[in-house]
Amino acid sequence: MECYFDNAATTPVRPEVAKEIIPYFEESFGNPSSIYKIAQKNKNAVEHAREQVANAIGAQVNEIYFTAGGSEADNWAIKGVAESYGAKGKHIITSCIEHHAVLHTCEYLETKGYEVTYLPVDEYGMISIEDLKKAIRDDTILITIMFANNEIGTIEPVAEIGKIAHEHGILFHTDAVQAVGHVKIDVKAMNIDMLSMSGHKFYGPKGIGALYIRKGIKLNPLIHGGAQERRRRAGTENVPGIVGMGLAAELASKELDTEIPRLTALRDKLIKSILEKVPYSRLNGHPSDRLPGNANISFEFIEGESILLLLDYKGVCASSGSACTSGSLDPSHVLLAIGLPHEKAHGSVRLSMGHFTTEEQVDYVIKELPPIVERLRQMSPLYEEFLKSKGEK
Amino acid sequence: MQYSEKVMDHFMNPRNVGEIEDASGVGTVGNAKCGDIMKVYLKIEDGVVLDAKFKTFGCGAAVATSSMATELIKGKTVKEAMEITNKAVMEALDGLPPVKVHCSCLAEEALHAALWDYAEKNGIVIEGLEKPVNDISEHEEIPEEE
Repeated sequence: MECYFDNAATTPVRPEVAKEIIPYFEESFGNPSSIYKIAQKNKNAVEHAREQVANAIGAQVNEIYFTAGGSEADNWAIKGVAESYGAKGKHIITSCIEHHAVLHTCEYLETKGYEVTYLPVDEYGMISIEDLKKAIRDDTILITIMFANNEIGTIEPVAEIGKIAHEHGILFHTDAVQAVGHVKIDVKAMNIDMLSMSGHKFYGPKGIGALYIRKGIKLNPLIHGGAQERRRRAGTENVPGIVGMGLAAELASKELDTEIPRLTALRDKLIKSILEKVPYSRLNGHPSDRLPGNANISFEFIEGESILLLLDYKGVCASSGSACTSGSLDPSHVLLAIGLPHEKAHGSVRLSMGHFTTEEQVDYVIKELPPIVERLRQMSPLYEEFLKSKGEK
Repeated sequence: MQYSEKVMDHFMNPRNVGEIEDASGVGTVGNAKCGDIMKVYLKIEDGVVLDAKFKTFGCGAAVATSSMATELIKGKTVKEAMEITNKAVMEALDGLPPVKVHCSCLAEEALHAALWDYAEKNGIVIEGLEKPVNDISEHEEIPEEE
């Protein structure tokens, strides 16, 4: 059985979306900045998509700026604030479990004279509001905390963070790449000033994203050039991408009320069954404050890439926080931040479900995963040692 | 990960997994921190490797190189066993992705660690064999083994 359980990495483009965007490659290819009819039609299509995206997060249409993806949106928000508000202060607060698009941008700014506080997280990957309050200084210009973590699925207390940021007159950016289209978001109610999103995480195309910038915030451009996106983001609009992301955002937010409970039930069934069937396994991330489709489990004594290869052989696509899958010696910074020792972090598997995941597929994974773990444990010197120390052998 | 067919074969159907109860030499290299541990058991009689077994914690390449290294050493004299380099293991597997080359180094090191244990137990010197470094990649502490 083919089972795609890596929806946090990317999602397939929905058929409705694919159908919608195809005409924009050949027939309706005009540059939205041009004057003739076919171009004007595209300008309207872009503006319609902007509205669809704005509606999905409770923003106004003129607060959405299209980018080439989530990473660009993160870079723009953080570097933009650093530049535009650098005279006011040079201190930024983030968390230690951010996506690299945020972490590496912050690290880059540290080389440019900015100071960054990386908030720790608890065993579930949750930041503490107390820690946040303590980290705030007179020269803090930005708080950037992710909406939901891409690896362990934990949903951060975004509304509370936004409230505190605003009480202190500090801008609040959230990387919501994993959250948009998957959980309910209201940027106004949550006091979010800037929010990054990416089309391909909710069944839109790759290479398109957006940054929501609350009205009134000055943010220097990251990409200089033409007057597109109301002079804030240059470059000819990716019309098929924008149209696709717009429709995908609309469909996803329409279906949230049915998809959230459906996926939450599948997720909880998957987690519960695996933890019951496999000894020496643990759930990573928060048990309830987590993305509906995310399950992340560590299996002791074995290594993640081996699990992925054997899962792949059974038709199951998943990912791991193991170093071996990242090409470095260190396992995932997120798993280390929640306190996992290296060997447990290496043995983690993320199974992320989505719109096309069925209960049948979940049952298949529940059936196939435990024997894979057992097979690798039989090969593991760590397991052998563990059994000997327990006197079972 | 782009693995050769041979690597996948040795990962999916690893040869020589297990332990040897009365092993002549046992060597463990790597550590859990970097994600790879290989433990090799050798049965040596009259200077010939009669049997080899392994247990490995690690990625696909770590399992495949352990499997191939133990295949290559079986039937070899101790002197010939010294010629099984990481390169030889890699070639026998039709190559490894660049980020996985360290697995073949670890496999060579695991064989050497087992041979060193054998030499020490028997009070002999194997030409060209140096005391194994237990962690070839980070020089950190050795995991506790038996």
